[in-house]
Amino acid sequence: MVDGEACGEFSRRGFLRSVAVASATVPLATGAVLAQSAADGHSAHSGRDEGSNTVVGEVDYAKNGFDPHAILTDWDKGAVSTNADGRIVREWTITAVDHEFEVAPGVKFAGWTYNGRVPGPTLRCTEGEWLRIKFQNGSTHPHSMHFHGIHAARMDGVPGAGLVDPGGEFTYEFEAKPFGCHLYHCHAVPLKRHIHKGLYGAFIVDPDPLRHPEARDKAAARLLGSPENARWQELLMVMNGFDTNFDDENEFYAVNSIPFAYFNKPIRIDKTRPVRIYLINITEFDPINSLHLHAHFYDFYDHGTTLDPTNRMIDTIMMCQAQRGILEFSFENHEPGLYMFHAHQSEFAELGWMSHFEVV
Amino acid sequence: MTATRFWLALPLVILTLVVALLLSWRPLDRFTSSAPPVENANVESVRLTGGLISLTLRTDGSEPVIVAQVQVDGAYRTFTATPQTPSAWLGRTRIDIPYPWISGEAHHIALVTGTGVVVNHTIEVAQETPALDGTSLALLAAVGTLLGLVPVAIGLLAWPAMRSISQGGLNFLLALTIGLLVFLLIDTIGEGLEEAAETIGRLRGPVLFWAILALTTLILLALGRRQGRAPEGLALAGFIALGIGLHNLGEGLAVGAALATGSAALATYLVIGFTIHNVTEGIGIAAPLARERPRLVDFIWLAALAGLPAIIGTIIGTQAVSPLWIAVCFAIGAGAIVQVIIEVGALMTRRAGIGQLLSLPVVAGVTVGLAVMYATALLV
Repeated sequence: MVDGEACGEFSRRGFLRSVAVASATVPLATGAVLAQSAADGHSAHSGRDEGSNTVVGEVDYAKNGFDPHAILTDWDKGAVSTNADGRIVREWTITAVDHEFEVAPGVKFAGWTYNGRVPGPTLRCTEGEWLRIKFQNGSTHPHSMHFHGIHAARMDGVPGAGLVDPGGEFTYEFEAKPFGCHLYHCHAVPLKRHIHKGLYGAFIVDPDPLRHPEARDKAAARLLGSPENARWQELLMVMNGFDTNFDDENEFYAVNSIPFAYFNKPIRIDKTRPVRIYLINITEFDPINSLHLHAHFYDFYDHGTTLDPTNRMIDTIMMCQAQRGILEFSFENHEPGLYMFHAHQSEFAELGWMSHFEVV
Repeated sequence: MTATRFWLALPLVILTLVVALLLSWRPLDRFTSSAPPVENANVESVRLTGGLISLTLRTDGSEPVIVAQVQVDGAYRTFTATPQTPSAWLGRTRIDIPYPWISGEAHHIALVTGTGVVVNHTIEVAQETPALDGTSLALLAAVGTLLGLVPVAIGLLAWPAMRSISQGGLNFLLALTIGLLVFLLIDTIGEGLEEAAETIGRLRGPVLFWAILALTTLILLALGRRQGRAPEGLALAGFIALGIGLHNLGEGLAVGAALATGSAALATYLVIGFTIHNVTEGIGIAAPLARERPRLVDFIWLAALAGLPAIIGTIIGTQAVSPLWIAVCFAIGAGAIVQVIIEVGALMTRRAGIGQLLSLPVVAGVTVGLAVMYATALLV
């Protein structure tokens, strides 16, 4: 929509417009008088609504079928049984469905989803378990579940190995390893389209303390349901974006899909208990994303596959697509209040990836 | 009589039935059931006041185009839309965005609709939309006067010199008038079509432009000849002044808009350029009067008719006018210019015969008219 005035085209109006662009900084008498009221306006508008950097309105989470505040902690542990060898088997049924949802207040997005939500269910298990994921394709396009983990080639969820046609079904089976903060996503082509439409989710493998005698306490603190884990406030954050007009650029950025969701309604944090964030970047189109925490520093475990931090005392972590990790910190010695966290690409922050912790 | 009525009514009845059938059966919906709604939107005007950006948005589509979110410079901003739901067919919404816009800098606006479509608009140089208080009005009126009234009046001062001119010289002057009018016509059509292209598709800006141009020419030709003969002398001068005045209205709109969007910085040079450029217009108005005995008051109203619209245009132009109305103004101006080109041509043909239209003085006159207008336009 930018006016492109052809040079050399004889048009007085066109010329005036190019003059307007070129000469804005040359003050002359006429300009000074016309600009007078502007100067007055700027000094006088203190009592007026100055607006703010957020979206207008509310997303209907009930209608969407998912709530970003619930997604922070709704670990899906699946159905657990023990097989003949005495091994724990964990099973899930995941269905791909086309689902139009409100991606920002008033803006509809024709998404492709796992179980009708973006991100998909947060699959959480413990290392060494046998996992069985029954995947049904209720969508109108072929889809798959490609897990970031260790598994056989035929379980890889790529064309020829677990790509499922509409109406079809496939069961992925593998051992839960390595422990860490992982993800799954559709690996049908075109990959960009299948990912940015919403086909991704978190896959978290907790370490088994028995397998890590040298760091038993650290492993136990990560194991969901253990007494050592109980004091932690664990949160899932999937950094994503949505291209609503199909120009291969995101119009909205967020953690857990809804822009400004945690900015307008902060995440409450109990300052007496430590915080652990499972952070995953699945943002399409942009090479990197990041998380910057205000007024604080955290320890970071890249991919979550170690029990000792890979970065200590950082306040910004940068991730490429599919990179992920675990953040640990505590507000124990902080004053209560609102602590911001956001992408430190200002562009992403101002387009929705902006959040608050409310420390109490 | 009854038969006539029947044959008049029958096509109407059948047309109504066809429309009713299409609307009730909706046989075409199977083509469009999976298609997202059609959405067209166009930012027609922008007003900038202290800490507030106001856009007027023309919308059109198969369903109302609702602005769900607004970005300014790549950041979502709080805003209000009035009305929130415009009518689907040629709707209009005003979007008010409180924003600390920066004088002299560019701002990029992106409006995200309910279907995720993005409508972009760039404010190339942010400038406060002038409040029409006494000072601004006086200043804009002064600019308009310098632009229109002063040069036309200066041009008219050449009239005494024309009185003793030979027939060849007079033909040269009339031809010069045609040359300058042709220049103004090309200029006006160019400007008008440019504005017309910025209107939303359904309004068919370019078609509207040509239709209004043709209608204006026809109406003015008919008005001019309502006594049964072509206008000459003072009447012709009056029509030339009207055509030039309508052109200057458009020119004033352009200059007003330029002042409002930042080119005020070079206003002095712009006005000098336009003043020199427009002196030729006064000579053109005076040319048909060479053999007449006009009164002083005639010169005053001729100057006013040709020059005052520039003042009105300049003032209105600062107030973020929709491109459709600017295009309509230019179309009327162009239509009026076509009419006077025809009448001046007709006058010369009557006086000297059709063969004289290609004589040396006439060709030289047209050439000089075009060349002088082009050369002085280089000053603008």
